[in-house]
Amino acid sequence: MEQTSRGTVAAAQVATDIGPDPGYDMAIVKMFFTATVVWALVGMLVGVIIALELAWWPANLGLPWTSFGRLRPLHTNAVIFAFAGNVCFTGIYHSMQRLLKTRMFSDVLSRIHFWGWQLIIVGAAITLPLGMTQSKEYAELIWPIDVAITLVWVVFAVNFFGTIAIRKVKHLYVAIWFYMSFVLTIAVLHIVNSLAIPATLFRSYPIYSGLTDALVQWWYGHNAVGFFLTTPFLGLMYYYLPRAANRPIYSYRLSIIHFWGLVFLYIWAGPHHLLYSALPDWAQTLGMVFSIMLLAPSWGGMLNGLLTLKGAWDKVRTDPILKFMVVAVSFYGMSTFEGPMMAIRSVNGLAHYTNWVIGHVHSGALGWVGMISFGMLYWLVQNIWKRPLAHPKWASHHFWLATIGIVLYTVSMWAAGLMEGLQWRALNDVGQLANPVFVDITQRLNPFMWLRLTGGSMYLIGTVMMAINFWQTIRGPAQPVAAEPVPVGAD
Amino acid sequence: MAEHNESEKAYGRLHRRLFEGKAAVFAIATTVAVSIGGLVEIVPMYTAQSLTWERADWVTPYSALEVAGRDIYIREGCYLCHSQMVRPMRSEILRYGEWSRSAEYQYDRPFLLGSRRLGPDLQRVGGKYPDAWHYEHMRDPRSTSPGSIMPTYPWLHRNKIDPADITASMVALQKVGTPYTGVTEENVAGALQTQGEGIVQNLSAAGITATWEDEIVALIAYLQRLGVEGKQHLAQQQGGNE
Repeated sequence: MEQTSRGTVAAAQVATDIGPDPGYDMAIVKMFFTATVVWALVGMLVGVIIALELAWWPANLGLPWTSFGRLRPLHTNAVIFAFAGNVCFTGIYHSMQRLLKTRMFSDVLSRIHFWGWQLIIVGAAITLPLGMTQSKEYAELIWPIDVAITLVWVVFAVNFFGTIAIRKVKHLYVAIWFYMSFVLTIAVLHIVNSLAIPATLFRSYPIYSGLTDALVQWWYGHNAVGFFLTTPFLGLMYYYLPRAANRPIYSYRLSIIHFWGLVFLYIWAGPHHLLYSALPDWAQTLGMVFSIMLLAPSWGGMLNGLLTLKGAWDKVRTDPILKFMVVAVSFYGMSTFEGPMMAIRSVNGLAHYTNWVIGHVHSGALGWVGMISFGMLYWLVQNIWKRPLAHPKWASHHFWLATIGIVLYTVSMWAAGLMEGLQWRALNDVGQLANPVFVDITQRLNPFMWLRLTGGSMYLIGTVMMAINFWQTIRGPAQPVAAEPVPVGAD
Repeated sequence: MAEHNESEKAYGRLHRRLFEGKAAVFAIATTVAVSIGGLVEIVPMYTAQSLTWERADWVTPYSALEVAGRDIYIREGCYLCHSQMVRPMRSEILRYGEWSRSAEYQYDRPFLLGSRRLGPDLQRVGGKYPDAWHYEHMRDPRSTSPGSIMPTYPWLHRNKIDPADITASMVALQKVGTPYTGVTEENVAGALQTQGEGIVQNLSAAGITATWEDEIVALIAYLQRLGVEGKQHLAQQQGGNE
């Protein structure tokens, strides 16, 4: 086969790391893997519960700990920091040892990172239902937990850069660039946004006030999406997609352009969460303009992922791992198109405050983050435990449940969002509100709430099937897997 | 095709020489790239009068009871379903009242603009309904708003506020710059009782028995002040312009 220079560096690097494990720390990868599956179940279950609460209010149970206002942050924190966080750590600890051809810098730091992170999650799961919160979205955790996050992140960073320092390969593969932007940027975002003065052990007040606080929070909030749910997952895509497809990355040059474009442009986009607010107009406009520009590097990543499958599309028909990954990258492209559109002021005027935003978030979260994670996990479970899947067909069922679930979720939220957005603003012939009673509009949304619950439940059921499949795979008899993973679902 | 490969090589060579073998340089370059946007947007909020948002003396800090109520509002996650930001659009002004001015948020720590309207905006809710309405609304939202999907909050009518705890909050708020004076537990307890008794009286006129220590009273105090100063200031200004 003719090998053009396009992608040769990447191809060489990804190809040569196949082989026996020369003393890599696989135990830590298994630990993070297990935590990932456990927290996926918890986080998604809480999501389904709060979706039920919105469809049928008595599900709030009239108890403080189970009311929507306290469980919603638990859901977001669990899926972002517990599920997605552990996915990143699983993939990073697995792939970077191979890409850099060295064991992790320190096994002790690896374990402090693992147990520290899980303890933080347990802390979140206890404090949030108790109503202990700083109220900033995705930064709700109280200040002692914020301090713990900082310390654990430093441990992770030392271990990460220590491993890079002792690497046996000079060249840093593109996945490592994305991981690096994750480690560095999350540290900056977390520390700056969390600066606060404690009042008690459980409560603190931010050093920023009013619109400055809002600006700092959405600089954080938007880039938590950018650097916690996008760049590390692009890194994972750059490692696991070529591995699963057994193809080199489509374009090395494109990966350079879209990496730098993404990390530079992403940071500016935060104020699009504050369009039409009392934030100074110049900042709103900057946020809007940079959000639109962000489309280019985002689609650069999507194209590089999809075009990597050139010549391997036949495998996509049969291999559930590639199906998960292709749908993930497609959803990445869709939601990174939708996002810039929603950041246009006039579109945002309609979409803001509505279910449309929830639909957008979930096309990214369920579609991109979830599906690329599932693809990676199905690939990893066979490779690190060295045995084929216990139920190859279940992986296909999971794929379809999840895909149809996402479609039901996003379509119902688009419809609900457009409906409420239009009805809130509708005026009658004499220029008065056509729907003056807010609750009337809320009630019309109810069927969509049930539809969303259905979609979310299907997604959760798929995840439960995956967990059972993994459990039985891991407990099943060991069977050495060759350099190539056994293609699942090929039977 | 050959041309494409040539340019790819040149590109790649430069990038590889500059960054890909040198982790420290790569890390520094990445940090610089991700810092610029945030600095450009956030620093002017502190340094440039013409670029930042307005601060005004017609806004006063939250009272002790309002701080207590705000903490409850945060604890229960009210901001997750109710925004506090009326956008400058005709439909919003008709539905909620005057659009929000930046100065109105100057003592908000943390800000509570919200990002979702599962329920209506609350920026101008102050004075819109009597105290008793809020009391009943938190007990059973459907008694005041038929068809509402809001959860019930019966514990707010049972739980008591703690003056020592609220004093700690006010001390911290003072440290971050809220202009409070004389923050002692004694003064705070006195202020809590004085303002709380006023609400208790309004409630008892509606046939409701409550005490100033009830959490619901603090929450009512907070809700009833939302947007009121802004509304009064704007009414005065508009009156003066005529």
